[in-house]
Order: sequence, then C-alpha cells, then structure tokens
Amino acid sequence: MQIIVCIKPVPDPKYLSRVSLDETTKTLVRENVPTVINPLDKNALEAALSLRERFGGEITVISMAPESCIPVLREALAMGGDRLLVLSDTRFAGSDTLATASIIAAAIQKTGAFDLIICGNETADSGTSQVSPQLAEFLGVPNIMHVSAIEVSDDGVFRIKSRIEAGYVIAELSAPMVLSVIKELNEPRYITLMNILDAEAKDVRVLSADDMILKEPWVGLSGSPTQIVELAAPEKRAKAEILAGDARRQARALADRLYRMGFYHG
Amino acid sequence: MDFKLTERDILLQRSIREFAEKEIPPRMDTMEETGEFPLDLLKGLADMGILGVITPKEYGGAGLGHLARILVLEQLGRVSPAMPMALQVHHMCTYALTNFGSEEQKKKYLPPLSKGEELGVVAVTEPSGGSDVAGMKTTARREGDTFILNGRKCFITNAHVSNTWIVPAMTGEGRKGMSAFIVEKNFTGAKTGHVEDKVGLRGANTGELVFQDCEVPAENLIGGEGNGMAVALGTIGNCGRPGMACVGLGILNAVIEEAVKFATERELYGKPISNLQAIQWYITEIFSDLEIARLLAYRAGWMLDNNIPADTACTLAKQWICEAAARSARKAVEIHGSYGILKEYPIQRLMRDALVAIPAGGTAEIAKLVLSRVAIKEYQK
Repeated sequence: MQIIVCIKPVPDPKYLSRVSLDETTKTLVRENVPTVINPLDKNALEAALSLRERFGGEITVISMAPESCIPVLREALAMGGDRLLVLSDTRFAGSDTLATASIIAAAIQKTGAFDLIICGNETADSGTSQVSPQLAEFLGVPNIMHVSAIEVSDDGVFRIKSRIEAGYVIAELSAPMVLSVIKELNEPRYITLMNILDAEAKDVRVLSADDMILKEPWVGLSGSPTQIVELAAPEKRAKAEILAGDARRQARALADRLYRMGFYHG
Repeated sequence: MDFKLTERDILLQRSIREFAEKEIPPRMDTMEETGEFPLDLLKGLADMGILGVITPKEYGGAGLGHLARILVLEQLGRVSPAMPMALQVHHMCTYALTNFGSEEQKKKYLPPLSKGEELGVVAVTEPSGGSDVAGMKTTARREGDTFILNGRKCFITNAHVSNTWIVPAMTGEGRKGMSAFIVEKNFTGAKTGHVEDKVGLRGANTGELVFQDCEVPAENLIGGEGNGMAVALGTIGNCGRPGMACVGLGILNAVIEEAVKFATERELYGKPISNLQAIQWYITEIFSDLEIARLLAYRAGWMLDNNIPADTACTLAKQWICEAAARSARKAVEIHGSYGILKEYPIQRLMRDALVAIPAGGTAEIAKLVLSRVAIKEYQK
C-alpha cells in the first residue's frame, strides 16, 4: 500500500500561551515557542504505520515548510515513515490553504501513484481544516473528514468511520482517497532511541517550485485568494489546572486553592 | 567549543520527555507509598531503548554514548528522580559487563538486561561503609571451578528487583586482592536482605544483598582475578558518578518548574510573588544551579564519549550537582512558604529526593577528597 502522510510544523500547543499577536504586522510572535509536528498529524502517521504493518508498502511523508524545519520533521521518519519530502521555496511563503493544497497536490502528482493520503483533521496553529479537502479536490479523489476508525477488508474495501455532530457515519469505499483523522483514531507510538538512529539513514528530499508542475495560479502570498483583513487575539480566559493524585489528594489540593483564593469559612 | 546539541540529541530529549510525561506520573503515587520501582514499566523502558542506552547494538542495546545516556536520565529525572536512580545503577551493571566482561559474559548477560527481562546492579557498599572500598569485608574463596562468596552488601539500589549482580569481593590481600563476580539472584547462597525505607527517591528500591556460602562459577569472574578494584572504581567513576549527577540534574529541572509555577501563580499584595525581589533572587539562584549543572553533566558525558579521561569531571559533576539540587530544592520550598511542607505539593518530595541523592553513589566528602587531591596536584608549585 502506498501511503502519503501530510504533516505540518506548528508551535508546540503546550506553549500556546507564549504565542502573541504582533498588532502591526498581524503575524504571530513565536519566539521561545518550540516547533513540533502538528499533533493530529502524528495520529495520521500512526494510522499509516498500522496499515503498512498489515499490508506492507511504503509511507512518504510530505510537508510544505522551510528547510529549517527539517530537524523537527525528521521525527516522522523516526516514528516509522520511509521518506520525507519537504516542499520548500521562498515563492511558497504566505500561501493560504488553497495555495498550500495546490502545491502539495502538484508534489504528489510528481511522486506517483498512491492508495491513501492521510492528514490530521486540523492544525494546532491555524485550525482551518481546509487543506485536506482541497487536496482531495485537486487530486480528484474522495475525502472523509473527522475519521475515527479505519478498517480494511481482505478484498481491499475501506470501511471508514467518521464523527459527525449527532454520532458517526460509516462509509465504504475503495482507494484512492484522502482521510482527515481525529485524535480518537489512535494513540501515536513513542519514538524509541533505536528508531532515532535508524531515521538518520532515511531519505530526505527538498522540492522547490521548479521541481513540480504547478497547474494552478495559486502560489505564495500574491497567489493566495485569501487576504487577511484583521487578526485579533481571543479574550484571555481563566487558566485550567488539573489536580493530580487520588481523590483525597485532589480534594485537599482543591480546598487549599479555594482557601488561598479567599473562599473559606470562619 | 561547540555546546550545541545535535539533531539526534534534541529528538532523543523530546521522545524521552514525551514517554516520561505520559508513563511515569500515573505510577508516582504508588512509588511514593510503596517505595517500589514500577516493574510494570520495565518493558516500556526496554522498548524505548532506555535500559540498553549505552549497551552496544550487537548485545541488544541502542549503542548510544554517555551524553545520550545523560540526556535520557535527565528527562526521566525531571518527572521522577527515582527513575534515573534505579536506571543509572542498572546502567552501571551494563557498563561493567561491556567494559570488563568476556565475550561469553556479554553475550549471556547483556541482551536480557537490554530487553527488560531483568534489572542489574553493581553492589559495592557494605555495612562498614562504601567510601573505604579497600576495606571490603565480603570474601570469595576458590574451590575448584567455583568461588564461595560470604558477606553482605547494603544500600544497594535495585537489590530486590534485579537478577544480575556485579559483586566485588576479597580474594586476597590489598588492592590486588579484590575480584569482581557476576552473581545471579538464583545462585545457591545468594539472597536479598533488608529493604530500606528511605525518605526520598522512594520509587527506587534499596536494600541488602546477602551471600552465605554463595556458589559462583569461576567463569563468572569479571575482569580477571585481582582486578575487582579496577572494575568497581572504573564503573563507579565513569558510569555511577555521572549517573548520580543525572539524578541531581533531574531534580533541578523539576525544582525550577515547581518554583516558577508557584511564584507566578501565588499572589501577595495583589500581584504574583514572582514580582518580589526576594523571590526573584531565589529563582535566579535555582536557575543558575540548573544551568551550571547541565554544563558539568554534559561536559562529563562528552568527555567520556571522546575518550578523554573524565574522572575529575564526573566526580565534580556528581558532587556539585547533587548538592546544588538539595540547596535549590530548599530554596524552592522557601518560595512555597507553608505550602512547601504539604505533601500535595511536589516540592517537598524533591527536597527529600535531593537529600537522598547526596550520599548515594559516594558521599560528598569522598568526592571532595578526590577533588582536593586533583586540585593540590594541579596547582602546587
């Protein structure tokens, strides 16, 4: 089975409180925030690894990102991806979701046939959920969003369970297709020390705009139909804290917190 | 000088941090209450390559170096300092086998120690103390193809949760009268004794190993007869001391996080207490201790990886970092005020852990004695 997994480097969601908005440039200030693979993309990769374990084949990991992100993206090879394609070109900078999808589609058309493309349902930074359906549209294959289970019968029919507001939908279809997966699908595996060493020998290639045939006009900031008019930071909400330990310990800690906040009796 | 960690090192840190943050916290209450090492995590630690981090690949290990081991233990220790305590002693066993063992011994003992089928120890300390290694009382008497061991080892990390013990014993007189043996837990006459109820590092088992006419095949002599001192001191110096430095380093990582968390959340006079200069100074001092500790520990690991004699660097790292962990933990307790002595707050555990780390693997005084000799030799005119 030939599987493509699309991944994106994003600011580590654990440190999102450190991300701020530059009011002048209307861009995110990410200083001191580590870059990681978008968490849901790891679920996508885990799904691909499970399918490869059962059916064999190869996993190509694709990311449109600056070359400086390769050390972060290499984690996908340590998880088990076979090769990494990085789509990197200054002309790609500022691409909106449509431009991004059209560039990734052009790269995929260049790399050859595929059975399955798996993406995270949304990214932790922009969260539009638009790239994977647009990618499917460009490639002329079906797309299922919010995928929570993937089953494949012996005769190659995919049975895809996806979450909707009222429950789940189960669809049966044949490859090729684009699946956009949610956290519920699986638990991404740990990266072992042996895997990290193995990944160093794996193939990493960088493709520029000249290495692919871009059929669509949508490339980079100037070619992106989306124009950002205004960006605003959401109103800061109260910070949640998870109390650790057993019930007794949690109750005691909660009582302490309430006492410190001035809620006490007598 | 290049202080930059490689891509591999950074990925390694991230993967171990993720593993540690997910796998260790659900087990920590039980570790604290029972004082036992979470044996159910052994397979996971093995699968990650942590147990065999410095074991060569041909014997089932990950084949990484000492700096990698330090980065791994630091990340585990950030979540639970008891983990690097137990694992660093296990690594001492794999180090001794790798560096002093015969090919047969490596093939037999290293793969199960990497796969998580068992834990290992190096057992030096005796009831009379661990600092005077030459004054060891445990004896090994040769009878044909067997050595008969008699004696008692105490304060041994992993005593009750390990199967492979590297045990130095006296086969003669003086420095050349010591030999080291690989003892399996199920050998006739080998048994575990008392379990210690420690105030800190509770998730690492500590106790006694007892040898009563224990029969050890002569083929289990490691490093050759009369070389036990070299096996013991080489393993302690190059593996045990940097290992203990990692326990302290793990504690310091956790201490700064707890200190900053409390100082930025706790309000006094309508502002977080991190706005108060007294608290800021404490935080700076803890931060400095952590940064210096990292430099000392990483340098020791780098020197070992580059075959540069690292005895002094390892001793300095162990002694300085473990003391820094204790003083920083104490300062973080001060930042917490009365909350610092409540069991609900992790800082009290970190202070207890730091106290236990100081004498473990060699007292601070022995380390200072070694360092003073180096300093006097180096600077005497």
